[in-house]
Amino acid sequence: MGSEEANAFDAKDAPKIAGELRESFASGKTRSYEWRTSQLKTILKILDNHEQDMILALRSDLSKPEMESYIQEIAMLKNSCKATLKSLKGWMVPEKAKTSMTTFPSSAEIVSEPLGVILIISAWNYPFYLSIDPVIGAIAAGNAVVLKPSEVSPASSALLAKLLKEYMDTSCVRVVEGAVAETAALLQQKWDKICYTGNGRVGRIVMEAAAKHLTPVLLELGGKSPVVVDSDVNLKFATHAVTFYVKVATRRIIAGKWGCNNGQACISPDYIITTKDFAPKLVDSLKEVLEKFYGKNPLESKDLSRIVNSNHFARLMKLLDEEKVSGKVVHGGERNETDLKIAPTILLDVPRDSLIMTEEIFGPLLPIITVEKVEESYDIINSGPKPLAAYLFTSNEKLKKQFVMTISAGGVVVNDTTIHLAVVTLPFGGVGESGMGAYHGKFSFEAFSHKKAVVYRSFVADAAVRYPPYTKGKLSLLKALVGGSILGIIRALFGWS
Amino acid sequence: MIFSMEAVEESLAEARQTLRSGQTRSVAWRKKQLRALFELIHDNEEKIFKALDDDLGKHPTEAYRDEIGVVIKSLDYSLSNIEKWVAPKKSSVPMLFFPAKGEVIPEPLGVILIFSCWNFPFSLALDPLIGAISAGNTVILKPSDQAPACSSFLANTIPLYLDCKAIKVIEGGAETCERLLQQKWEKIFFTGSARVGQIVMTAAAKHLTPVVLELGGKCPTILDSFSNPRDFKVAIKRIVGGKWGPCSGQACIGIDYLLVEEKLASTLIDLLKKIIKRFYGENPKESKSVARIVNKHHFARLRNLLKDPLVAASIVHGGSLDEDSLFIEPTILLDPPLHSEIMTEEIFGPFLPIITLKNIQESIEFINSRPKPLAIYAFTKDETLKKRIISETSSGSVTFNDVMIQFLCETLPFGGVDQSGFGRYHGKYSFDTFSHEKAIMQGSFFPEIEARYPPWTAFKLKFIRLAYRLNYFGLVLLLLGLKR
Repeated sequence: MGSEEANAFDAKDAPKIAGELRESFASGKTRSYEWRTSQLKTILKILDNHEQDMILALRSDLSKPEMESYIQEIAMLKNSCKATLKSLKGWMVPEKAKTSMTTFPSSAEIVSEPLGVILIISAWNYPFYLSIDPVIGAIAAGNAVVLKPSEVSPASSALLAKLLKEYMDTSCVRVVEGAVAETAALLQQKWDKICYTGNGRVGRIVMEAAAKHLTPVLLELGGKSPVVVDSDVNLKFATHAVTFYVKVATRRIIAGKWGCNNGQACISPDYIITTKDFAPKLVDSLKEVLEKFYGKNPLESKDLSRIVNSNHFARLMKLLDEEKVSGKVVHGGERNETDLKIAPTILLDVPRDSLIMTEEIFGPLLPIITVEKVEESYDIINSGPKPLAAYLFTSNEKLKKQFVMTISAGGVVVNDTTIHLAVVTLPFGGVGESGMGAYHGKFSFEAFSHKKAVVYRSFVADAAVRYPPYTKGKLSLLKALVGGSILGIIRALFGWS
Repeated sequence: MIFSMEAVEESLAEARQTLRSGQTRSVAWRKKQLRALFELIHDNEEKIFKALDDDLGKHPTEAYRDEIGVVIKSLDYSLSNIEKWVAPKKSSVPMLFFPAKGEVIPEPLGVILIFSCWNFPFSLALDPLIGAISAGNTVILKPSDQAPACSSFLANTIPLYLDCKAIKVIEGGAETCERLLQQKWEKIFFTGSARVGQIVMTAAAKHLTPVVLELGGKCPTILDSFSNPRDFKVAIKRIVGGKWGPCSGQACIGIDYLLVEEKLASTLIDLLKKIIKRFYGENPKESKSVARIVNKHHFARLRNLLKDPLVAASIVHGGSLDEDSLFIEPTILLDPPLHSEIMTEEIFGPFLPIITLKNIQESIEFINSRPKPLAIYAFTKDETLKKRIISETSSGSVTFNDVMIQFLCETLPFGGVDQSGFGRYHGKYSFDTFSHEKAIMQGSFFPEIEARYPPWTAFKLKFIRLAYRLNYFGLVLLLLGLKR
């Protein structure tokens, strides 16, 4: 599955592009605050002027509802860009570092400098957000950038290529379109950092290619993000507390699952764990709210993305139609292969060793696993690879604390889903199989910078103790200096220790 | 000694089991291990001095300054700060999400594999270990087999002081390293050469294991002119101390070569010779104050660098080698050919090439046309030159008017860039490097904002647009029906 049109980029051009951008970077033009802010402001202009074009591209690639396109791609990008513009000057200022008695007299600071030329490989599910947000970070940090959007979302990829070429400083910011061959050619070049958003299989390929040049990587991968729904409800000020609790939890789960590209999002709730007693309540509530949101015929609803392509459709069918699982559907299951649509589907008590419970679903299927006690969920979650996100719905303070401490994931949200993505003061990234490194906000700036330590020493006070010939006296003085105690130093100087 | 694959897997399994038990999460456990390391050093100082002498001929003062002292400072710093580091850090959350709260909690990554290097076999093993323990991980430490006395000291002594179910030492050479690299780790910390760094990262990629690579490079030293001859003298003293002091030039942040204006060359060389004589006496081989070359392999490598006749011809001081005692004299070369191996490969030994320039400003271009080093040193009082160096060159670190001391500042990140590596440690950076910073958001059930949910309407779109612009006033108006 790749772009059927002739690619503007020939794999053979990869070294040329890398070379050109390296030269541009070496010229120093990306380092000035003015260049960075002018490029960032240009990105804002693109977002302002071409909002409709992006919405149309997303509809073409994913049948993404306009609201989702606006909220989850365009608005998020505008926010990210504005927040960066606001804080960039402060981020660029060197950070003073304290120095100790051992190196007295000295002063030190940490200077942020750009890494050089960054390669950004983005994904198809949020083709604008996942392309431009890292670009914002790389530019803010003063780098030159090559962006390789996903070919699986071709309309968005083409629009990105067109818009960035038209508006941005193309000597330092380039878009390269293409599929596997072109990506492989790019990966053979030397970059100063590679940012990849996608799956673990390709993540490994990217890291291995990076290893040949000792290039650091930022890998934003995925996993099975669990939602644990507790049955212990104690909400003050809420009449019919349980009903209210279930309703809000349900809505937020639905918003995070089907409201995010119809489940095709790296931090979408993948599966639910709840108690046997609570499950029926939850299922009923889910059914009710799903109908309210998407109507009686969700396949017709304009508020749900479609499945991106027939490959992924087939993949999801395989998960749904697996023998041990097909009988567990309690809601939905309808599909339309021509239109690449699958209705919101809920499954109850699928076997743990089924495909749907071992692979990342990345689609509109929601399995619910039941347990006797909610604490059993910890082992279930921790026995698998670490996910990008983990969610918990509860009003029990102790459970919240326990969950946060025990569950290892990129990020954890209590009583909501996916919103941490929008908070730029939180680092966004995975751990273990879900990735390495983090970005968003200042973390983007740091991800694409080298923090250079700078120490200033004067010629005053040169301690002979440092130099040979080495003697026992010097050893004592050294020990005292390391200890940092003035008394110790004086004693050593006078030969009293 | 070769660790079988089973032995490696068993050790790893036990470390993983200990991690799962949760005991390494307690700050008390971590502090206990760090204090135990203190005791280990305190009780065994003489043994450590002997091991470093056996492996590298290091004098106790050098050993204390560069290895034991470094580790003690690091332990001190970690013990004083660990409670602060472990505490969750609050993040501000936009009012739009009120009353949601955000914070970042550091958690252990898991089982860490640390590969240390032979030149500072003690500090390069224990300093990362301190970081990994502070962050609550379990650790497998693989000391370099090229410093066998230290490796065996660590393997024998660490289990006597530290929790051996959580912290293990595995000795061995290339085969053992290969076996270790086939396993899955939560992080690999490697100090060594770029060639092996590549092998480590390639192996790590198979398991998506993040790595820190502390590599090397040719650390240049820019020597400007000084109006005050005393300053010049101090500079030369520091250069001599910084070149041959740490392990006779076998240091990743040691001075590799000097850049100086032609007119200063002869004064510089005279002064260097004088100070070398003052530090190491007439016959440096007899001096106990300079380390020896680690082994025959590196001795041969270094001897090879002088084989090129043009290089040999550029020697202006020293140049004598004694294979039996693995001793190489402090050697100065003046303008060896730039394409010779001594100027293209990291020297990692007691040869100091001096490259002369017409103007010291050319040093910047010289440095920039070569791979980014771990450290750049510059002796100058010229503020403009200092600024140029900082903004126009790139390196792990820059130190003005001294050598090596950036290593001693715990508040500074220690690491490379480009070919000199990536990732960093020391002080809090060690703690961070071995932690996963987990983002936590606590949402609230109130208020429940309808506009978040489908079915989508024009009203909801208006609401969201205003919300995203953080236009709270506009939002209120909209909700009150007062906004079009």
